[in-house]
Amino acid sequence: MMTHDFSAPRVSWRFMHVWQRNRLVWRKLAIPSMLGNLADPMLYMLGLGYGLGAMLPEVGGMSYVAFLAAGTVCSSTMMSASFESMYSSFSRMHVQRTWDAIMNAPVTLEDVVLGEAMWAASKAFLSGAAVLLVAAALGLIASPLGLLVLPLVFLTGLAFAGLGLVMTSLSPSYDFFMYYFTLAVTPMMLASGVFYPVEQLPGWLQVAAEALPLTHAVALARPLMNGAVPEAAALHVLVLVAYAAVSLYAALVLTRARLLT
Amino acid sequence: MCFGLLGPNGAGKTTTLRLCLGLTNPDAGEITMLGFKVPGEAREARRRVGVVSQVDNLDPDFTVRENLLVYGRYFGLRPRELAARIPDLLEFAGLTAREQSRIQTLSGGMKRRLTLARALVNDPQLIFLDEPSTGLDPQARHLIWDRLRKLTSDGRTILLTTHFMDEAERLCHRVAIIDHGRKIAEGAPRDLIAQHIEPQVVEVFGDGAQAWAEKVGRSASERCETTGETVFCYTHDADAIVHQLEREPGLRYLHRPASLEDVFLKLTGREIRD
Repeated sequence: MMTHDFSAPRVSWRFMHVWQRNRLVWRKLAIPSMLGNLADPMLYMLGLGYGLGAMLPEVGGMSYVAFLAAGTVCSSTMMSASFESMYSSFSRMHVQRTWDAIMNAPVTLEDVVLGEAMWAASKAFLSGAAVLLVAAALGLIASPLGLLVLPLVFLTGLAFAGLGLVMTSLSPSYDFFMYYFTLAVTPMMLASGVFYPVEQLPGWLQVAAEALPLTHAVALARPLMNGAVPEAAALHVLVLVAYAAVSLYAALVLTRARLLT
Repeated sequence: MCFGLLGPNGAGKTTTLRLCLGLTNPDAGEITMLGFKVPGEAREARRRVGVVSQVDNLDPDFTVRENLLVYGRYFGLRPRELAARIPDLLEFAGLTAREQSRIQTLSGGMKRRLTLARALVNDPQLIFLDEPSTGLDPQARHLIWDRLRKLTSDGRTILLTTHFMDEAERLCHRVAIIDHGRKIAEGAPRDLIAQHIEPQVVEVFGDGAQAWAEKVGRSASERCETTGETVFCYTHDADAIVHQLEREPGLRYLHRPASLEDVFLKLTGREIRD
């Protein structure tokens, strides 16, 4: 029988050891990993931005490539956090049994889940920041306000890491993650204002898009990169914080049920 | 001191270890490990414990050395402390020359020794070993046993689960036999043998073994059991049986002293557990 333990997380600074472990592995493969993470979003951003952008006068009050750059920062953050917290975390949890070994040391499941989430958010941060850097080099960032996108990218990464870890805690195999990508990630890419303004969507879909974390990330990143203070910034931040907090707690309760019985 | 927890598959050996480590919540009752209440103070308790688990969970992304280093960090050990400790651990595991090898290139015995060395990284008072020699060849098993004896002679406590009775008999000062989650016997291996079983065993194999048991075995021994084609005769004095068997050319037999395995089978039964 599966019972769920809803007790409050007992986290300690030892979550950093889990983070450090993942960083040490990553360091060995940093260059191919970064290239793999960056090439795809960069090609889309530049190809669509300049190719399609040449045919468009202005989108949302800016050049299409600048419009798309903000969307790409957020979507590549989402992708990077999702891959890391699903495929990679699942390998460590289920295939390699790394989590089991760690939990024989004085590190709790809470520490492991938080360490994994922080690591996925860190990797996502690198992806988002790299896109931001390229956008800056291309002159697509209007003012130093653009620097505020950096903490936003980390928070967005944490929210998607939490969601990814929920999927990981429920997953019987790698194949399971395809559902999440097909049913959540891809529709979110298309509904959250990455490629075109949310206002272009039918009314009901606009309402639905308000519930998606990526919409709120894009709604903050785009004005910041374009030199403006975002409207309703506190609300957008709150939604992302809520996604991160609720999903991480859910992931913890579900992994407790999976591993600690 | 080495304490053995013996039981058939599914008896609750691994569950007992997980309960002690605070990785499974008890339905009822209280657990104390090294003076700490578990699971409440499990983190504190686990700082003083080393674990070698049944499945290989060495970190495949790292080398031998990195495995020890990264694992030591989980205990909050500083790089300098670890750098000082790692050479000793590598030597203990006989892996000094393989320091930079990747885990995938190690043999089963090397992996198990490395797992044992990894469990010692925090200099534990108590070491849990869950079936430490399963899947190893005799050479590798003897090497592991040698290392375990060294640990007990250093004054550490070992709690070992196994279903190899020869392993328990060799290593353990005391054993407990458990089945269906309950302890059914406890004591020194030699005492358990003396207490539960006749000192001598004659195993008889072959087509005519059953018929021989009916004709001779049952009356010549104190207890006589049959599994498949094999007859086990338990007795205080096997001379008469052995003498008689020498005149039965169709039967093969083995005369040996009673072992912990005989006790185990007597107490937990001979039927297969899945």
